Amino acid sequence: MNRIAIAANPDVEVRPREGRTALRQLAAIVLFVLAVGCVPLFTASGSTLNFVMMALYATLIAQAWNMLGGFGGQFSFGHAMFFGSGAYIQAIAQLQGGINAWVALALAIAGAACVGLATGALSFRYGLKGSYFALVTLAFAEVFRIVALSVSFTGGGVGLMVPLREAPSNLQFATRSGYLWVMLALVAAALLVTWWLRNGRFGAWLQAVRDNEDAARAVGVNPFRVKLGAIGISAAFMGAAGAFYVQVFQYIDPAIAFGPATSIEALVGAIVGGMGTLWGPVLGALVLHLLAELTRNLFGELPGLNMVIYGTVLVLIVIFLPRGIAGIGLSVRRLWAQGRGGPHG
Amino acid sequence: MFDFDILFSSVLNGLTTGAVYALVALGLTLIYGVLHIINFAHGAALMLALYAVYFLKTQFGIDPYLALPIAIPGMFALGYLLQRGVINRAGHGRDENILLVTLGISIVMENLALLLFKSDTRSIDTAYSLATVEIGPAMIAVPKLVAFAGALVVSALLFWIMGRTDLGRAIRAVAREKEGAKLMGIDVDHVYAMSFGIGLACLGAAACFLLPAYYVNPQVGGGFVLVAFTIVVLGGMGSFVGALVGGFLVGVVESLGGLFLGESLGQIGIFAIFIGVVLFRPQGMFGARE
Amino acid sequence: MPHRIDSQDRRRFISQSAAVASAIAFPLVAGAQAKTVKVGVLHPVTGALAYSGQQCRLGALMAIEDINKAGGIKSLGGAKIEALLGDAQSQPQVGSAEVEKMNEAGASAIVGAFASAICLATTQTAAKYNLPHVVDVGVADQIVERGLKNTFRFGPGYKKSTQVAMANLLVLNKAAGNPAKTVMIIHEESLFGTGTAQLLAAELPGYGFQVVEIVKHANPTRDFNNIVLRMKSLNPDIVIPANYYDEYALLVRTMQQQKVRPKAIFSVLGGAASSYKFVKEFPEAANGIIDCNHWFNPKDKRSQELRKRVEAQGKFFSYEVFMTYTAVGLLADAMERARSSDRAAIIDALAASTYADHIMPYGPTKFTNGQNEGAQPLMTQVVDNDIKVIIPREFRQVEPVFPLRG
Repeated sequence: MNRIAIAANPDVEVRPREGRTALRQLAAIVLFVLAVGCVPLFTASGSTLNFVMMALYATLIAQAWNMLGGFGGQFSFGHAMFFGSGAYIQAIAQLQGGINAWVALALAIAGAACVGLATGALSFRYGLKGSYFALVTLAFAEVFRIVALSVSFTGGGVGLMVPLREAPSNLQFATRSGYLWVMLALVAAALLVTWWLRNGRFGAWLQAVRDNEDAARAVGVNPFRVKLGAIGISAAFMGAAGAFYVQVFQYIDPAIAFGPATSIEALVGAIVGGMGTLWGPVLGALVLHLLAELTRNLFGELPGLNMVIYGTVLVLIVIFLPRGIAGIGLSVRRLWAQGRGGPHG
Repeated sequence: MFDFDILFSSVLNGLTTGAVYALVALGLTLIYGVLHIINFAHGAALMLALYAVYFLKTQFGIDPYLALPIAIPGMFALGYLLQRGVINRAGHGRDENILLVTLGISIVMENLALLLFKSDTRSIDTAYSLATVEIGPAMIAVPKLVAFAGALVVSALLFWIMGRTDLGRAIRAVAREKEGAKLMGIDVDHVYAMSFGIGLACLGAAACFLLPAYYVNPQVGGGFVLVAFTIVVLGGMGSFVGALVGGFLVGVVESLGGLFLGESLGQIGIFAIFIGVVLFRPQGMFGARE
Repeated sequence: MPHRIDSQDRRRFISQSAAVASAIAFPLVAGAQAKTVKVGVLHPVTGALAYSGQQCRLGALMAIEDINKAGGIKSLGGAKIEALLGDAQSQPQVGSAEVEKMNEAGASAIVGAFASAICLATTQTAAKYNLPHVVDVGVADQIVERGLKNTFRFGPGYKKSTQVAMANLLVLNKAAGNPAKTVMIIHEESLFGTGTAQLLAAELPGYGFQVVEIVKHANPTRDFNNIVLRMKSLNPDIVIPANYYDEYALLVRTMQQQKVRPKAIFSVLGGAASSYKFVKEFPEAANGIIDCNHWFNPKDKRSQELRKRVEAQGKFFSYEVFMTYTAVGLLADAMERARSSDRAAIIDALAASTYADHIMPYGPTKFTNGQNEGAQPLMTQVVDNDIKVIIPREFRQVEPVFPLRG
């Protein structure tokens, strides 16, 4: 079942020996996590640690989006709704429930996953695809934002502030290193899940549904259940990112929680990096975050020029790297394989 | 709860506000219907059009309504060049790429405006800005009435172009069956660019009708994007009649929703409609069943 | 042309590269000189809050220019203030990242960041490094209620502003024979609008007013006709708007168009209420509007001079400009007293500050838990196409006109 669906699609990367590649990827993940985890041991620079932490944060949301968008083929424009749900649950659980921050994190992840399952069930039940699905997620995110503005337990327009109580047991750290490691753990988890989607059976079903839903159904895959699983997982990770945001910045309001900025950041990172790949979101998030940092104060006297450059680079990346940054590797490998006389099956 | 006077005024208000929404949505639905692009840059393009109309008034003294023959072709040219020069090249035919390109373009547009025109909010004052007309118990602002009429005229014009001209036939052919149209000798790239151009030209018209009663700053476009998307979906992707009727409908719903639920919560009405339509009648009111 | 590269060239190259590198990190404004004190100037100069952020930055740079021209920080041997410009991009997390960079660039203090949500994040990040942070506008009271030792707000928060507004509304009403009874509040949906409206709704009845309607609207709101319709039907004596410039202007213009004229438009922190820009562009609509807002001391000649200088640059003398201008003045004064560019010394100097030589109507400074006790908004009214102070008496320029019509 794996191979039928996969082999039928010429777009999918050539993979000579699945098992060995999978192990190699796993090793790469471990190396990556170790390398990044060691960064705080080599530098005490607040801005560097902050940069790495925020780059990991951008990676996490891009990875989350990639699970549903890249592997599942369902483009969401409203991923902020899961982010915001996680964020508010994290804040409300601590403020009104007196719950410990780590427990709140678990609740936030679970809660966001539920929101994902609910909206997914609604959307997929009615067979929404493509642009319709994308726009409906956008609408849902807006509804969440407006509701958050109007009800009292979210603090309405005033937002919620989580009090400063620095202690690891409280998921608040005196330096960025602590947050960095927590975020790294989440990114590692996301990488492992993505690895599983790349190499496992569920992932194969998901990609089969992405590539040709009818054919997949014909082979016995249940598209509804598969897509639902994807959106649930994707939402869970977004919820984790939202909870993390609340812990670091200690303030959340409806605009930050459910506004389009987070949705856009997630999808841009994933697409620029390369959808449906393991390392795409990591690369995309890093490159874009770096670009934003470098341009931000480059022309301090002329505000706006930095974003013009950012937007232009974005367009250029799309023009010259249609498969994203990770796609460079794909193209290189294909050329290599062709050079050696025919693709390997 | 509310007496008739208020309800009547509110509905009329909604219709006139909806007229501008409709103009914005007309362009969006054409672009979607033909190119199957969700044009993220639509709001930013509206903003640029508003600035153009603003400067035509303040630098050259040209009244916004008289600026129509300048704004419309100007925006058309911008659209044509953007599509032909950038979007087409960057798209590589993949949906997600086109999405990113229009997003990138919107970022560039918004920040170019910030850079060149600064962040100040600008408004114009015309002789008729504050004039009102009494329709029954309602006092409707003159600029809004003109916008209403304008939306009808522009829609009629679009309809005529699509139905009676060679260009329109070519556009419809490409929208329905691209490969077949190519075989018939139609220059698809040109048609795509023309369609995108017409889509932006509608924004030129919208800007002329909008500015007298509104304002412009680099972020102003964002407020119209979601509403425009809602109308396009509600009316049926690719349907002009749908965009027009949808625009009016959404305007009225927003108005009445604001009245009953409060302006902030009332915005929910728009999205509730959107979600409802997408779930239960995705082809919208007038769209073709896929 | 071959050129022997010797140690001189190499040294020059390295120092120039370092200069370029640090210039890329932060645009230098007052050129790099031997004795400087670095101050971070952090505002949202791009994104949704770009206008306000840029106005704030203008105020900061003018203040730094003035201080440097007058001899810099004299107790530090005439050291000039060097501004490290930062862009918070209208997002709290970006503001926080900029603070990290400013910390590493050796900032002795930070002035910023206009918006309350951004200030919450930046003050907290600065606190990690005991970096003094002067808040220029940020009216949310949570900013100074978290017990952060490094945070100092020169101006008033929205609670104080609302209380002053209500007390003065009572005074005005009494003086006119209590013509006004009913109130309609129109506020924007986010932090400052909602917070202000909540306070008003809670306290106004105690002052004898009846709140007939509270309308919350979105940012942005494209059309105010509905709200004005409600106003027409409810016919409140007083309309109290609390929102940002664009919506405020649109609301008042719509009211003018629909010929709705309440007994008073009485704003609390109104976006366009005490705005020279609005008065200039829509004199008729602006006429008579009363505002309780940040304002300078009109009796201090320097405020008029500053206004002229700002307008000569083609800008409006908005509250962001003079709030940040005076915030920098406060900081410079503290550095003088501290006789040091050391952060802890500056924090102590700020906490003990009695800074009085400024153009704000606050009197001598006195900080309690980071809030300047003397900070107060002033009541202004638009009269004869100009904005004049009406309350308190010591700053009064004209007699208030209340109600606007009988």
